[in-house]
Amino acid sequence: MTRQLTDRPRAVVEAKSAPTPRARWSARTRRDFFVFLALALPNLLLIAVFTYLPLFNNIYYSTLDWTLGSASATVVGFENYVTFFTSPDAAEVLGTTAVFTLVTVGGSMILGLLVALALNSRIRGTTFARSAVFAPYVLSGVGVGLVWLFIFDPGYGVLAWLLRGIGQQSPQWINDPQLSLVMVIIVYVWKNLGYCAVVYLAGLQSLPQDVMEAASLDGANGFRRFLSMSLPLLSPTTFFLLITTMLSSLQAFDLIRIMTPLGNGTSTLIYEAYLQAFGAFNRAGYSAAISVILFAILLIITLLQLRFVERKVHYS
Amino acid sequence: MSTLSPVSPDPAANAGPASAADSAADAGPEVPQQRHKPFSRANLTQTIAGGYLPLVLATLVVFLPLLWMVLSSFKQPGEIITMDLRILPESLNFENYNTAMTTVPFAQFFANSLIVTGVGATIKVLLAILTAYALVFVRFPFKNAIFVLILVALMVPPQVSILPNYILIAGMGGKNTLWGIILPGLGTAFGTFLLRQHFMTLPASILESAEIDGAGHWRRLWRIVVPVSGPSIATVALVVVVSEWNDYIWPLIITDRPETMTLPVGLTLLQNSESNGAGWGILMAGAVLVIVPILLVFAALQRYIVAGLTQGSVTG
Repeated sequence: MTRQLTDRPRAVVEAKSAPTPRARWSARTRRDFFVFLALALPNLLLIAVFTYLPLFNNIYYSTLDWTLGSASATVVGFENYVTFFTSPDAAEVLGTTAVFTLVTVGGSMILGLLVALALNSRIRGTTFARSAVFAPYVLSGVGVGLVWLFIFDPGYGVLAWLLRGIGQQSPQWINDPQLSLVMVIIVYVWKNLGYCAVVYLAGLQSLPQDVMEAASLDGANGFRRFLSMSLPLLSPTTFFLLITTMLSSLQAFDLIRIMTPLGNGTSTLIYEAYLQAFGAFNRAGYSAAISVILFAILLIITLLQLRFVERKVHYS
Repeated sequence: MSTLSPVSPDPAANAGPASAADSAADAGPEVPQQRHKPFSRANLTQTIAGGYLPLVLATLVVFLPLLWMVLSSFKQPGEIITMDLRILPESLNFENYNTAMTTVPFAQFFANSLIVTGVGATIKVLLAILTAYALVFVRFPFKNAIFVLILVALMVPPQVSILPNYILIAGMGGKNTLWGIILPGLGTAFGTFLLRQHFMTLPASILESAEIDGAGHWRRLWRIVVPVSGPSIATVALVVVVSEWNDYIWPLIITDRPETMTLPVGLTLLQNSESNGAGWGILMAGAVLVIVPILLVFAALQRYIVAGLTQGSVTG
C-alpha cells in the first residue's frame, strides 16, 4: 500500500518529464515541495502541538509539585509516582480501573457476539435492528447517563418501581460505592455493545461459507458449528475488539462524570486524574503522573495490538 | 475512537464511490446463506423464537430507555414523584422544556454546540481533505515518515492530553471562549487516515489526463478528487460531527461560565440545579435536546456513520 502511494504519482511525473531538461525537473520538485507544505502543514502543526506535545508536557508536569493556577512549581522528580503507588488510593483506583475495564470489555463483547449471531440471519428487519442496536454508541454520554440515572433512581425510577412490584426495595445505586460501579458498568455496556455487535456481524459475514456448509453437511448442528468453527475463525475479530474496547473502557469518562460526579467507588485512572487536577484539589503534578501511568498502560495495549496485526495482515 | 489497524481496507472506499455506503457490514442480509434454509423450513416456530425474539428484545432494550426519556420530558413533577408508575404523560405540554431554558441558558448552549460542531467539523474535514491529497498526490521527500506520525497520533488517547492542553489553551487566553473549545481538536489524524486510504484507490488515469490537460493540484483536488469521493468525505464529516457534538471532557474543563458552555456541559449545570426528584422531567427535557439531534442524523445517515466508526475492523 505504501509502495503504491509513492509509485503512482512518480510514474506520472517520469513519463512526462523524461524528455524535458533537468532544470524543469527541479523546478517542479520545488513547486511540489511547497504545495505539499501549504496543504498539509496546518493539520500537521495542529497534531504536533495538541497531540504530540502534551505527551511530553505530561511527563514534565508529572515531576512537579504544582498547584494548578499557581505561578510557581517545585521539581520533585518521581515523588508524585511514589505518592500515588504508596497511598491507599492506588490500590483502590487501580482495582476500580481493572474491574470496570474487564467487566465492560467482557460484557460488551459477549453480549455483542450474541446480538451479532441474532443479526446474522436472513429474516427481514435485521438492517433496522442493526442500526437500532448501534444507536446508543453514537449518543451523548451525558444525555444517556442522565436517562439511566433516572431509571436507577431509588425513589422514582422505573427500576425501583419494578422491584416494588416483586416486593423488593430498590438498592441505593448512587450512595453505595460498589453498586454505583455496577450501575455505571451496566450503562456503559448498554451504550457500547452495539459497536461490538456490528463488528462481530461483519466478522461473521466474512467467514468462508464453503467451510461452514461442509461442516453443516457433515452433520454438525448450529451450536457445534458455532463452537468449533465460527468462534475460532472469528479470533482476529475478537482480538481486534478486545484491544479497541479495552482502550476505550480505560478512557471512559462521560458516564462516570455524569452518574457519579464524586467518583464514589467509580474512580478509575482517568477519572482520578481528572478529579485531582480539576476537582477540589488542583494537584496538577499528581494528576499528570496518573495520566502518564494511564498512558503507559494504553501504550502497552496498543503495542500488543500492533505486533499482532503485523503478523496477521498481508501487505498487498 | 480507536482506528488501530493501519493496513486494513477502508470499507467506504473499497466498494467504489457509487456504492460505498452499502458496503461494510451492511452487505449482510442480502448475502445468501444456505445453511439456514433447511433449518427454517424444518421448524418455523424455532425461526421465530431463535430469529425474531432476540432481535425484538435487543431493539427494545435500546429503545425503551430512550422512549422513557421522551415520555418523561413531558411529565409534571406530580406525575414523576409518585409511587405508581404512569407510562404516558397526562398531556403533551412543553413546560419542562421551558423550565430547562429559563433555569440555565439552554438556547445559548444549543447555539454554542451548533457553532462548535459546525465550525470545528468544517475545518477538520477541510484539513483532512487537504492533508490526504498532499499525502497521496503531491511529491514530497518525507511522506512515509509523516504518514507514520499520523498513524501514531491516531493511537494517542486524547484523554491523557487534557491537562497539558488546558494549561496551553488557558495560557493563550482561550478559557471560556469558543475558539478555545474548538482549537485543540482541529488536527485530524482520523479523517486524514480514512481519506488517504480512499484517495489511494482512485484510478491514476483520470488524474494523469487532467495533469496533461494542464490542471494544477488545486484544480485536480476540487474538480476531480473531491467530487468522486463523496461517500468517504461524508463518512468523515458525519463521524466528526457526532464526536464534536458529544464531546464532553474538553469543553467541561475549558469552560466554567454558561455563556460559552456547550450542551453536554450545560446539561451538567442543569443537573446540579435540578438534583431533587422533581427535576427529573426537566433533566429529561435537557437530555432530549442533546440526544435527539444526533439520533435524527444517525437515523438518516447511519450507513456512513457505522462504516466510519467501525473503521479498521474488517481485517485481512
